[in-house]
Amino acid sequence: MIQVPRTVKYEAERVKGFGREIMSTPGCEQLVRCIQCGTCSGTCPLSVYMEHSPRQIMALVRADFKDEVLRSRSIWLCASCYACTVECPREIRITDIMYALKQRAILEEIYPKRFPIPILAKEFFKMVHSKGRITETLLVMRLFLKANWRAVLSSWRQGIGLIRTGRFVLRHERIEHREQLARMLDSDLHDAPPTTRKEAA
Amino acid sequence: MKYAYFPGCSLKGLGRAYEESLLPVMERLGVELVELDDWNCCGATAYMSVDERKACILAARNLAIAEKTGTYDLVTPCSACYLVLNKTKHYLADSPEINASVQRALGAAGLRYGGNTLVRHPLDILVNDVGLDVIREKVVRPLKGLKVAPYYGCQVVRPYATFDDAWNPTTMDRLLTTLGAEVVPYPLKTKCCGGSLTGTLPETGLRLTYILLKEAVRRGADVIATICPLCQFNLDAYHDQLTRQWGPVPIPTVYFTQLMGLAFGLPESQLGLNRNFVRMKPLPALPAKA
Repeated sequence: MIQVPRTVKYEAERVKGFGREIMSTPGCEQLVRCIQCGTCSGTCPLSVYMEHSPRQIMALVRADFKDEVLRSRSIWLCASCYACTVECPREIRITDIMYALKQRAILEEIYPKRFPIPILAKEFFKMVHSKGRITETLLVMRLFLKANWRAVLSSWRQGIGLIRTGRFVLRHERIEHREQLARMLDSDLHDAPPTTRKEAA
Repeated sequence: MKYAYFPGCSLKGLGRAYEESLLPVMERLGVELVELDDWNCCGATAYMSVDERKACILAARNLAIAEKTGTYDLVTPCSACYLVLNKTKHYLADSPEINASVQRALGAAGLRYGGNTLVRHPLDILVNDVGLDVIREKVVRPLKGLKVAPYYGCQVVRPYATFDDAWNPTTMDRLLTTLGAEVVPYPLKTKCCGGSLTGTLPETGLRLTYILLKEAVRRGADVIATICPLCQFNLDAYHDQLTRQWGPVPIPTVYFTQLMGLAFGLPESQLGLNRNFVRMKPLPALPAKA
């Protein structure tokens, strides 16, 4: 018998208004024009690894299947190469929509657990917040500790290579005006106008 | 010629060979790069995944500091920085809502951004401001016989670049030809290298890296020239893993600025070429001049 790897979707799974919220994010408005041609999925170098291709993600967002989209690994696999954005015949900024979805998944803490990509994003975020700059080798070590300590075993030779070539940095790079930066980043928290619900008003 | 210079975190870390070769090459051409005072991380792809507004504020601080210097052209060698700073510039110009929120945050630190900073890539500066004729005059050691695969990666050419094509850019091709190198046809020149996926999900990222290397080998290239620190790292530092999985693809990947340095006769030791995992073969010795 032919196996069709497809899940049935139920009306009850829809979170009404989710699609509209995403489409009201600056840069994501054009999603309403999607014709489901699949150019994005064809251009995407990572769609073969996604459980939902970019075209499917676009359809799921518009149809309000919030959980399915935000819990997926697909949105995190987007490496931001912007191939789909440049190719889309409807000028939809697919990469930016992927970002809006990632931000939403982080905000609601419903990204796939123990999945290294969102863990890296959060560690990156924290390091920038406290130091103002990224020290790549220290960031990767934190990622390994949090996500996959076994990866250290398979990449020890790379580490030694980095030491040998003088690229392994152990001292934190940091900016001088760290409190100034923190003040700027945190001021936003209180000042940010609501991004959603505007349409409804 | 004077420009503000935003190195970005990579050029102080994994990609330091990029800066080590960029600065002397620019100096040789009479281009002055003034490092931005107390610049901060651009945010790259990771920060934007967490919080868009904060990502804009983060990048805008750099744009504002650059504007304050009065030198509006900001040179950013790293592809991620180039993209994020440009993207933020576009967001601020296109969305009054984001602009107002970011200006408020900048104001909290006594900064302001008026929209004047231009984010530019060294390739753009070299080919369009300096000019290939001036570069040709500085070549003392033409890269004759060196076959180079020009690899641009994604984020410099897409989607905000103003100086070249999104799929078939040629700026670096022309630059390398000016240096005397032979540019091999490399249709994957703007394909994704896998970005940070090589570290987070190696089973996906490494395959993309492998395809790029394999294609360059098949095209008969001696070396791949890159313009991005993450591309360089991916194409250079994973040969162990790649060989174990798919077999060897022994080809070095260097920055285009390192090749320029060689052509300008700068000593190899000063161009950071010893920082490669896969070393480039030394160029044949120059014939002795009479």
